[in-house]
Amino acid sequence: MASTTHTHPNYMGIFWVLLVLTVVEVGITFLGLPKMVMGSLLVGLAIWKAALVAMYFMHLKFEPKTLAMIALVPFVLCVFLILMLLPDIGPA
Amino acid sequence: MSEAAAAHHAVEPAESPLTPESWGKLGMWNFLAGDAMSFGGLIVGYGILRYSSSNWPVPSAVLGINLTALMTFLLIVSSVTMVKALAAIQSGDKPAFRKFMALTILGGATFLGLQAYEWTHLINHTLPEHKLSFSNHLFATTFFVLTGFHGLHVTGGVIYNSVVLALVNSGRWGANHVEIAGLYWHFVDLVWILIFTFIYLL
Repeated sequence: MASTTHTHPNYMGIFWVLLVLTVVEVGITFLGLPKMVMGSLLVGLAIWKAALVAMYFMHLKFEPKTLAMIALVPFVLCVFLILMLLPDIGPA
Repeated sequence: MSEAAAAHHAVEPAESPLTPESWGKLGMWNFLAGDAMSFGGLIVGYGILRYSSSNWPVPSAVLGINLTALMTFLLIVSSVTMVKALAAIQSGDKPAFRKFMALTILGGATFLGLQAYEWTHLINHTLPEHKLSFSNHLFATTFFVLTGFHGLHVTGGVIYNSVVLALVNSGRWGANHVEIAGLYWHFVDLVWILIFTFIYLL
């Protein structure tokens, strides 16, 4: 087994976690939870899944930490975007 | 060191500080950060319009969640075959690389087929039943713009991956190119995970 750069993460393990989280997400929509609870759970799960893809499939976990700064920039900017537009959210 | 390798080093005098193995990887990460802003802007815009609207339909009541859950599954599987293709070419196993790369391309193409089916069904049946159309309600407008923009990315990815398969197979490109194409492909998967949650489930 050639492992010159780094050993491969457990890709199949990540796959199963992503699959289970997707099933949980769809399941949550059938529970009839209060809107805020359901929304928070779904957004949390989505970010968890996106982070798994970035960290393991895109190898961000094994890259120099500074590369993660590039990946984080759009998320920071999106948070700013939401904050700046918050006053305009809500029925006109 | 061969002359070609020496010339190659002359072209790239310094190694990339963030991705020592290649500048191409850094370039792809930069591109993806910009591309993420495009999707981020669209998704945030969707949220603003939706919560400013008084008659926004419940998405899960109009859109088919089962089909799109299957599409999500497909993209996740094709991400796995992509990392398997990269692992194969890194250990010099070309037949395995060809197999996994072809499966990745097949996954992307199948995704596009399902999306075409979904759109056709929505346009011809579901949306008219709910008295919605691309031009009369922002629900439909934002839906088609967002999923269409993502679908174009998948189309580009299928073409990109096909080129990588051909050029790596003929020996002109190496594992580094597979890794860079993989970054793009996983990003498309990542964005779909977010779209599935924000557009279909929420």
